[in-house]
Amino acid sequence: MGGEITKRKRSQDLAAPGGTSPASPERGRNLETNGVLEYAPAPEAIDHVRIAPRQDLFIAGTWREPRAGKYTAAISPSTEEQLAEIAEADERDVDDAVRAAQRAHEKYWSKSRPAERAKYLFRVARAIQEKARELAIVESMNGGKPIKESRDVDVPLAAAHFFYHAGWADKLDLAFAGRAWRPLGVAGQIIPWNFPLLMAAWKVAPALACGNTVVLKPAETTPLTALLLARIVEEAELPPGVVNVVTGAGATGAAVAAHPGVRKVAFTGSTEVGKRLQHAVAGTKKRLTLELGGKAANIVFADAPVDQAIEGIVNGIYFNQGHVCCAGSRLLVEESAHDLVVRKLKDRMALLRVGDPLDKNTDVGAIHSLPQLRKIEELVASGEKEGADRFSVSCALPRAGYWFPPTLFTGVAQSTRIAREEIFGPVLSVLTFRTPEEAVEKANGTMYGLSAGVWTDKGAKLFWMAQRLKAGVVWGNTYNKFDPAAAFGGYKESGFGREGGRQGLSAYVELS
Amino acid sequence: MTTRESSLSRYGSSTRAAPVPIFYPARPPVDQVGVEERAASLAKRSLKKASKVAALRLAVRMMDLTTLEGKDTPGKVRALSRKAAAPLATDATLGFCAAICVYPNLVPVAKRALAGTTVKVASVATAFPSGQSPLDVKLADVRRAVELGADEIDMVIDRGAMLAGEYTRVFEEIAATKEACAGAHLKVILETGELGAYDVVRRASEIAIAAGADFIKTSTGKISPAATPAVTLVMLEAIRDTYVATGRRIGMKPAGGVRTAKQAIHYLVLVKETLGDAWLTPELFRFGASALLNDVLMQLEKERTGVYQAAEDFSKD
Repeated sequence: MGGEITKRKRSQDLAAPGGTSPASPERGRNLETNGVLEYAPAPEAIDHVRIAPRQDLFIAGTWREPRAGKYTAAISPSTEEQLAEIAEADERDVDDAVRAAQRAHEKYWSKSRPAERAKYLFRVARAIQEKARELAIVESMNGGKPIKESRDVDVPLAAAHFFYHAGWADKLDLAFAGRAWRPLGVAGQIIPWNFPLLMAAWKVAPALACGNTVVLKPAETTPLTALLLARIVEEAELPPGVVNVVTGAGATGAAVAAHPGVRKVAFTGSTEVGKRLQHAVAGTKKRLTLELGGKAANIVFADAPVDQAIEGIVNGIYFNQGHVCCAGSRLLVEESAHDLVVRKLKDRMALLRVGDPLDKNTDVGAIHSLPQLRKIEELVASGEKEGADRFSVSCALPRAGYWFPPTLFTGVAQSTRIAREEIFGPVLSVLTFRTPEEAVEKANGTMYGLSAGVWTDKGAKLFWMAQRLKAGVVWGNTYNKFDPAAAFGGYKESGFGREGGRQGLSAYVELS
Repeated sequence: MTTRESSLSRYGSSTRAAPVPIFYPARPPVDQVGVEERAASLAKRSLKKASKVAALRLAVRMMDLTTLEGKDTPGKVRALSRKAAAPLATDATLGFCAAICVYPNLVPVAKRALAGTTVKVASVATAFPSGQSPLDVKLADVRRAVELGADEIDMVIDRGAMLAGEYTRVFEEIAATKEACAGAHLKVILETGELGAYDVVRRASEIAIAAGADFIKTSTGKISPAATPAVTLVMLEAIRDTYVATGRRIGMKPAGGVRTAKQAIHYLVLVKETLGDAWLTPELFRFGASALLNDVLMQLEKERTGVYQAAEDFSKD
């Protein structure tokens, strides 16, 4: 990629982030900050990262301009500066991509030996590790997430998914218990903006391992790491057309899903778009998996290891600014422990450092976009109007970019919007329960069912809860733990189908 | 009711009546995976340049420079005392270490060597390191150390009693030691490496605090593992809960196994993000170490001059 990187203004634009809020009498004894030990800004160096000012489509192994010649801007949500112009693929470009994928499937990929496919996947996995630093920096610039998360979570997990599926590629006979399997053909994959590289890995790795070829459509706001992944695929010398990346907005995604040459549609994103996609593929022979929204309950019993539960609550809702489909956005806490948990949680929240995503000491980065910020603000206002008590961390926020302070609501009624709607931001709603039965009832009382967390020192209670929670993932005494070997997916309006693990493979094969 | 009496009843002493309010609804269990993860995550805070120098200078002033060997001699202790009073001959602004920590027999030597300075003399006592002696012997040990001039007493708890569930006995020994200290500062060593589980560490921390500890300390340095970030975090959380409930500020001393400047910074971050900056003072936080000081000095000199100096440029005492 040629061209100069867009120069970022960074720490000088930041009013010192972090720091505890001043003591407030109602919180009793507070931890103090007196400046005896401050963390100096520790920005990740970005000099060696070059982002081409204009990003084209990756089709049939070559980089191509879109036929209509249209480009849109990708910006950094932490500075509002333009990072690059992104090609907008129309139906003709999508058609080219799908045809390239069909040819690649027929000519090379479905005919290649499984061990050969594994070889390529291992190559991609290793290349992700080799380029980890660049990928993490670009992910944080484009998505606004803290570098410590892109560096320690997104990128290593993306590599892990390729390693894991590389391992399966020549052992699929063992995955399906004696049944014969064959690949489906071309998979059209549409991914969201919250984990751009990781979601690309979740989609691409199992599809390729099972002998399919792919047309990947990243989110229009965060395509840069998916395009770097295309670069890696190119350098790993995968046959042309096995992986194609078409950038663009909703219309591009709709074109991918609607293309008759696509045999399988995999989507991660909002429930609203998921429903539209389900309409679009209804009546066709296309397979569909959807991974949609969530309003997960993080359930804390009075016998929980409380200090670790606090960490889990913070990780559950403030990880990636709450832009996580499985975020623990409803805290259900046993009433007898409510005051203790809320006090400890507020103390802990005061330590969160909000600011420059590229600073290694940042805990909470930028909100992904202006529309997303407006949506969060609107829902928070509704929470205040509906009578819940709001607490927001009083930290200085940078002037440029989109920011929202970590926030929690107490006194939240089950019927209010902030208890029911997915906010997709750093906003936690605290509700109480009295018995395990009531905890289950409240946790399941949502249209979603993607994930849940249970915190208790009692093993029997943990398993009793896990059996009754209608959620695809239930974490016990931890939260937001991911592993390629563990299937991930939802109940109800959180979607269907599983990704990861042996279960995730079946979405990409036809069994007979 | 004195602190001792009110706290005793919590540990079921039959001689005391009336249950008293306790500061926590129930002792919180500690999740091993979670606490280790949290402790490790705080190693990733980045302290560079000015903040690194500030942290390391602070670490020097928090150090209990320690020698606890059978072969300790007056000469060795005099050299160590000199180092504690002036850690870096070339930089007087650095200040001095908090204390030197020795066996009772060497307290007078240290006292004389440190006359005219504000460096404290700490003495281990109570049949250090095992604590496996009769209580009257342990208390005599403490009284003699104080008579010899010790400003601070580092006692060991009876781990045998702790693991046998004789919590009242553990409590009463600490409370008796506190009395025997007669005003000397009391640090209570839990020897976490022998306690086996974080839940036991948490309970031992609460017992020590209730019985009158001024500081709680991880280890004797004679057992591995000694101080770890996770076990320190468990103890810091007990200190935090005590402070929030009662306003009492208990100090913390990780000891043993802290050898590098980088580790020291990790511990300071743990303190800052668990207890706040108010604990970042030698009054409330100490490192028990022998090898740590030279690595900290080497890093400080590196920050000052831009180059690393050889290990032999720093005196071995």
